[in-house]
Amino acid sequence: MIEQSPKLIHAFGALAELGQEVANKNNFQETIRTSLHLLSGALGIMRGGVARYSRYAREMNMLAIRGLGDEFPLSLSVCVEDERQFLTNGLNAIDAHAARVLPFFQVYAASFERRHIELFIPLIIRDEIVGGLFLGEKATGEPYSSYEKEIICAMGRHIGVAISQRNLLAEIERHSEENRRLFEDLRRTYADTVKAFATAIDCKDKYTEGHSVRVGKYTELIARELEWSPEQIEGAATAGYLHDVGKLTVERKIINAPYRINAKESAELNKHPSVGYEILQAIHHPFTDVPLAAKYHHERLDGRGYPDGLYDREIPYIAKVVNLADSFDAMTTDRPYKARRAAIDVVDDLRRNAGKQFAPELVIAFLRGVLRELKSETKDRRFRRLLGREYMEAEGLAPAITGALNELAPTSSLTYIAARSGSE
Amino acid sequence: MTENTSFDVDPLVENVSPEPAVVVIAGDYLNKLTGEKIERECKDKLDAGAREIVVDFSQTEIINSIGISILLGVIDNAQMAGAKVVFSDLKPESAELFDMLGLTKHVTLQ
Ligand SMILES: [Fe+2]
Ligand SMILES: [Fe+2]
Repeated sequence: MIEQSPKLIHAFGALAELGQEVANKNNFQETIRTSLHLLSGALGIMRGGVARYSRYAREMNMLAIRGLGDEFPLSLSVCVEDERQFLTNGLNAIDAHAARVLPFFQVYAASFERRHIELFIPLIIRDEIVGGLFLGEKATGEPYSSYEKEIICAMGRHIGVAISQRNLLAEIERHSEENRRLFEDLRRTYADTVKAFATAIDCKDKYTEGHSVRVGKYTELIARELEWSPEQIEGAATAGYLHDVGKLTVERKIINAPYRINAKESAELNKHPSVGYEILQAIHHPFTDVPLAAKYHHERLDGRGYPDGLYDREIPYIAKVVNLADSFDAMTTDRPYKARRAAIDVVDDLRRNAGKQFAPELVIAFLRGVLRELKSETKDRRFRRLLGREYMEAEGLAPAITGALNELAPTSSLTYIAARSGSE
Repeated sequence: MTENTSFDVDPLVENVSPEPAVVVIAGDYLNKLTGEKIERECKDKLDAGAREIVVDFSQTEIINSIGISILLGVIDNAQMAGAKVVFSDLKPESAELFDMLGLTKHVTLQ
């Protein structure tokens, strides 16, 4: 034993280095290659390989090989019997010659003999086969001693842990990818449902066909102009699509009345925000403000809106956005009792009502968006698509918007601040 | 630390006829990066017909397990090509280690 101590010290040095290598979590392939070097160098092993076990394919797939030549199989099949035996054996060295009873060593006998494979060590971590070590003859030509086998198993345990860690990581990555996809599916389903709902609401109201869908789109445009996050933009669009969901319970003849409705009918119609809130409240939305937007989309800054007559700061921000989108669509589409208004008049209306009905910074953002499209500063043709080309190309529209913007926002920083506070 | 550059095969290759020999200088520290380069280049020389590989250890202070593994690779490749491996100027401590691990069985010491 005394004359073996320098050998031991050398081997323990390699073991320590291997522990470091595995703990460093470098590139996995590199770690395995280094591990094989350290193992070969620790005991003077002429050739060998490290394989990773695929439980599903029942295969030992070579991760690193040294001196095994081109003919050595890179993927070795393992049968149920082998698997069972390896698990019983545990992480201990198996003498390849003595283990001929196992199919694994029979099937690959020729390859093992050609490359002088003497030991096979199944890498078993937490009762699971994660890989295997194939080791050829020692440079001394002597058989492996029991203490050398112990060192090999200690090093094998490190390599097994590295493989096992890698497997876990891959599994986590796969799960998070699956989760992401699942979430994406849910989100898409929700968005589709919302649009289907909006269409259903609009069906009831034949004179204002497509109203909810357009309000959803205008709301989205405003949110975009305010530079909200993608999630907030989607939430805003949803609020727009569903703002009139309460109309589903209002009698069709009131909604479709081709005349100005009377007080009683009006009271009935004016219930739709609260009813909408009740309907939406019962649903779990990924976006929190959707029910509130429905409830307060007819409130005005000056407190003259309904249902609660809230004042400026009392009105949820999303409801202000939907209100603007809603009013804009009402002004720009034909109603049973009223033709759509000219674009320039609409701009003027928005300007005059900023601070009374509408939040000024929202009017600014909205008009700025229209102006940018008019001046072709964006590739977007959203407003044109929603309003029609002719309507958008009305003479004097761009100067009218510029004028309104100058009056509402002498400095651009105002709109910036507004956008920021709105996104909170 | 900077990469070990003390090892370089090409300028030190000597072709001695009739037996073409390759002299390889192992750097002061044989690590994975320099080692694998040595191994690759030795293989290339063997493929090109070299019949003797001389590894010069005159500058080598430390040889760890990775270094041993590399040298085993060089020996294995040489043997398969029917070539001879010579270790020259080996420090006594290294010689002892090589002896213990069986490397000296496969090489000529010089
Ligand atoms: Fe409404
Ligand atoms: Fe509406």
